[in-house]
Amino acid sequence: MIKKRKQTLLITILVAPAVILFTYLVVFPVFQAAFFSFFKWNGLGPLSQDKFRGLDNFVNLFQDPVFINAIRNNIIVVALSLVIEIPLALYVAFLINNKKFKGAVFFRTFFFLPYVLSEVITGLLWQFIYNPQYGFIKALYTAFAPESPVPAFLADPKTVLGAIMVALVWKYFGFHMSILIAGLQDIPEDVREAAKVDGASEMQTTWKIVIPMLKPTLFISVFFSIVGSLQVFDVVWAMSRGGPVNASETMVTYLYTYGMKRMNIGYGSAVAIVIFTFCLVFSIFYNKFTFDKEEK
Amino acid sequence: MKESISTSRTITNTLHYVFCIGLSIIVLFPIYMGVMAGFKTNGQLFTDPVGLPNPFIGTNYLEILSGTSGAFWKSFRNSLFVSAFTILITLVVSVMAAFAIARIKFKAAKFLRTYFMLGLMFPLTVAMLPLYLQLRSLSLVDKYFGVILPQVAFQIPMTVLLLIGFFKGIPNDLEDACSIDGYGPVGFLLNMVIPLSTPILATTAIIILVASWNNFFLPLLVFNSDKLYTLPMGIMAYQGQYASQWNLVLAYLTIAMIPAIILFIAGQKYIVAGLTGGAIKG
Repeated sequence: MIKKRKQTLLITILVAPAVILFTYLVVFPVFQAAFFSFFKWNGLGPLSQDKFRGLDNFVNLFQDPVFINAIRNNIIVVALSLVIEIPLALYVAFLINNKKFKGAVFFRTFFFLPYVLSEVITGLLWQFIYNPQYGFIKALYTAFAPESPVPAFLADPKTVLGAIMVALVWKYFGFHMSILIAGLQDIPEDVREAAKVDGASEMQTTWKIVIPMLKPTLFISVFFSIVGSLQVFDVVWAMSRGGPVNASETMVTYLYTYGMKRMNIGYGSAVAIVIFTFCLVFSIFYNKFTFDKEEK
Repeated sequence: MKESISTSRTITNTLHYVFCIGLSIIVLFPIYMGVMAGFKTNGQLFTDPVGLPNPFIGTNYLEILSGTSGAFWKSFRNSLFVSAFTILITLVVSVMAAFAIARIKFKAAKFLRTYFMLGLMFPLTVAMLPLYLQLRSLSLVDKYFGVILPQVAFQIPMTVLLLIGFFKGIPNDLEDACSIDGYGPVGFLLNMVIPLSTPILATTAIIILVASWNNFFLPLLVFNSDKLYTLPMGIMAYQGQYASQWNLVLAYLTIAMIPAIILFIAGQKYIVAGLTGGAIKG
């Protein structure tokens, strides 16, 4: 009995710090966000009944064209990541994973390098590249089109998102490449050999054997790409702060500008809940997938 | 026939190299431009953004390293401090919890594991506003630990889950041997589990280091006074102040990149494995 009690005490001591920190600073705030989203509150004074506004925040949110545009931007970033980033990462992973490909280690290092740089550095570096007076764009125009004025991609609402997208692909494709290489290395060499012996061409082996076997890894890569794209903030903030005239606003820059900076706790929380819902839908999808995998 | 196959092989092979070299140039070019811009005067940068500096100017870098402009070293120290404590607390707390969940039989173990798993779905962005209020009520706004503790809290789920996986793989025989030697669970943890876990602890530490070193969102939320600014905040502030002097801004950026690049080259194997493996297992 004493031994049992001693063990309970030990378990409590071991587990408590992690559980308390995690509960207090991660779990609580998320549930609080759900609760606050029904109120109009500036974070000062008690949260009383008369501040309750029902679904007003959500209604206002979806009537704000700036937020609708932010959602649209997030969806564009998700879509372009899936269409450009992942295929590029996959292609490079295939090239580099080939044993006969000399110098693979170097290329791998180069491509992964931007991922370890901070988002802020990435954003500012690319802001410089796009700078019409001092940047790479200026050099390009001086060299090839000296007559025409140098465009300011980050100052034009039509081009700003595309310009940011280039920086995002630059930063993240190497990360996906590394995940995919790790996945490719888990596929035993014999499988490919066997396919070759059976007369399959390289293309056929790749499409019919290797890619299906790579599916679990690909799915993880896609998952990270989607969840990351839905929450993109730092790079955008460093490059454009959501501007010009809200053209590159994403859900999180909107949350920061309209919720955090103005201390609209209720309204901002409603934004947070919308972001969370987006992520949750994808996470459920993901979990379903991993459970399927475990069953096999 | 054979010859034509082998020539076409050579051609595709060459194309692959051309592609990879081209891509490498695209990837490295912005970094090259940043480093070189740091060696130019603003006038040089204006007349020739891309070329090599002529002549090389060292003053930008010196100005930043000597602290004449900006507060690079202060930001650097702040980043070090915040990262070190984030790593230390996350590892200690997670090792303890993961050890209990993985190696001691008790009813709530499975529930706790699921509970931490839940955390993987809670992004920081969603928690932002209530977290800020929470920190305010703890008087942690504009304090180092206002960034450190939330960073720890958000790293706990992934770290605990990774460690549970590893701790479960430690053979029971070792635990039996330990108990024959008269060690209890705590002795087993300290004398056996932790030494055995050095590689995974190192990998985890690197993941946390990269995340903390680059973190911008939490410092932006929590720090008001620039004396607390970590590097990403310091860079943003510096750029705000010297907006028109790109040569200085890029010298600052380059210097700020160096620790990440050195770390990356030194521990590349662990970093790539840690960041991607952590992603896969997490």
